[in-house]
Amino acid sequence: MSEWIDACAVDDVEEEDLIRFDHEGRTFAIYRSHENAFYATDGLCTHEHVHLADGLVMDHIIECPKHNGRFDYRSGEARGAPACVKLKTYPVQVKSDRVLIDIA
Amino acid sequence: MTVLDFSEPARAARKRDYELTGTAGRHAVETGLASAEWYHTDVPRKEMKALMQRSDGAAIRDTAVWLGAMAVFATGAVLLWPSAWAIPLFLAYGVLYGSATDSRWHECGHGTAFKTRWMNDAVYQIASFMIMRNPVTWRWSHARHHTDTIIVGRDPEISVMRPPDLARLVLNVFGIVDVWHAVIDMARNAGGRLSAAERDFIPPQEQPKVIRIARIWVAIYAATGATAIATGSILPLLLIGGPRLYGAWHHVMTGLLQHGGLAEDVTDHRLNSRTVLMNPVSRFIYWNMNYHVEHHMFPMVPYHALPRLHALIGHDLPAPNPSILDGYREMLPAFLRQLRHEDYFIKRALPPTARPYRAEFHATPANPPATAE
Ligand code: FES
Repeated sequence: MSEWIDACAVDDVEEEDLIRFDHEGRTFAIYRSHENAFYATDGLCTHEHVHLADGLVMDHIIECPKHNGRFDYRSGEARGAPACVKLKTYPVQVKSDRVLIDIA
Repeated sequence: MTVLDFSEPARAARKRDYELTGTAGRHAVETGLASAEWYHTDVPRKEMKALMQRSDGAAIRDTAVWLGAMAVFATGAVLLWPSAWAIPLFLAYGVLYGSATDSRWHECGHGTAFKTRWMNDAVYQIASFMIMRNPVTWRWSHARHHTDTIIVGRDPEISVMRPPDLARLVLNVFGIVDVWHAVIDMARNAGGRLSAAERDFIPPQEQPKVIRIARIWVAIYAATGATAIATGSILPLLLIGGPRLYGAWHHVMTGLLQHGGLAEDVTDHRLNSRTVLMNPVSRFIYWNMNYHVEHHMFPMVPYHALPRLHALIGHDLPAPNPSILDGYREMLPAFLRQLRHEDYFIKRALPPTARPYRAEFHATPANPPATAE
């Protein structure tokens, strides 16, 4: 069962960057790739629960600000130690310049 | 919220136990001091993004100079061997092998030196071998060092514990203690075993890699030793392995300044790390890690951008020591004082433009609150 929620405006996220989005006690990261596509993952690194929003987006990689662990934010796959555990990802839609994510 | 008790009686009641599996580590976890939220200077996202940007240019240039100079010094030393003229060339080669590798290991371990991933990984492997740090073990130990910087019982990289072991420090100027431990660790790992501490901070899926690398290294050192015996010359050992001893002094000299004599068990890098301005040669060898408060606060910023970061957040940090000598003038008396008063540490004054320290972490009878000067 889907649960689409309005996360932010398209312009809230710069190209090749991410923002933090908090909703009902949960925290998410919303990404805008260099190809202008939007993605969403859990907002906290799986290594030590640090907010990824302070990290660096490079191509399709988000690098965690604490220990430089890496994830592919499209699939959530861990791509570099000390990140070893996959990041949860969420479906995204863009409608009328709003970014919606399915947090079900 | 957990309220942490860092008053002197509370500290005195629990003896410092630096073992990762010991009481202090358990206490840090229970009180929330481990994996805590650390102080950060506010930097606008736009500026931080610009500082974090990766590039290959600076690190390719520096690596070419580093490895090229090593090749030149080594060739010259071998050609001049056994004349005394080889000595200065070996000394220069030794510093590039036994000291410059420390910072290359460090920066490439963070993955920030180069933009291109395989370049970081290649230099990380080479530097790890030369500095004799298992690249898997030390990646995880360094992650812990960044999570729990100078937290007693949590940080595996506290180089000067209290009370300071001065004999150990002097021996380490020639790498003796470090190499001794590195050889023991390598032999244990090559034999297929990990210590309790290694099992504590290295995830199980990574542990087989520790063993594989240790075995490769043992094979390389065995081949070097066999060549020395076969040729009846110590030359192979002066080129491989030996420089980790006779060339270690520079990385020990700069490394001690990183945290030496400063606070333990605080969650503000301004209190437990030291930025020291130094000459360009030392900065090349050390790859700008003299900006150590800045590095710890923002480990995503590559070494070549640290001077810019320093300029941006300097208003919120204690004034840097203006030279290596000045850093030692501050640190050595603190070591001597800690021999008698273990709880003593240097409390660095903040400029008036800085956000104050959180008083609960450093206001003890031995160390009253720091005030801006
Ligand atoms: S907290 Fe993200 S890599 Fe360690």
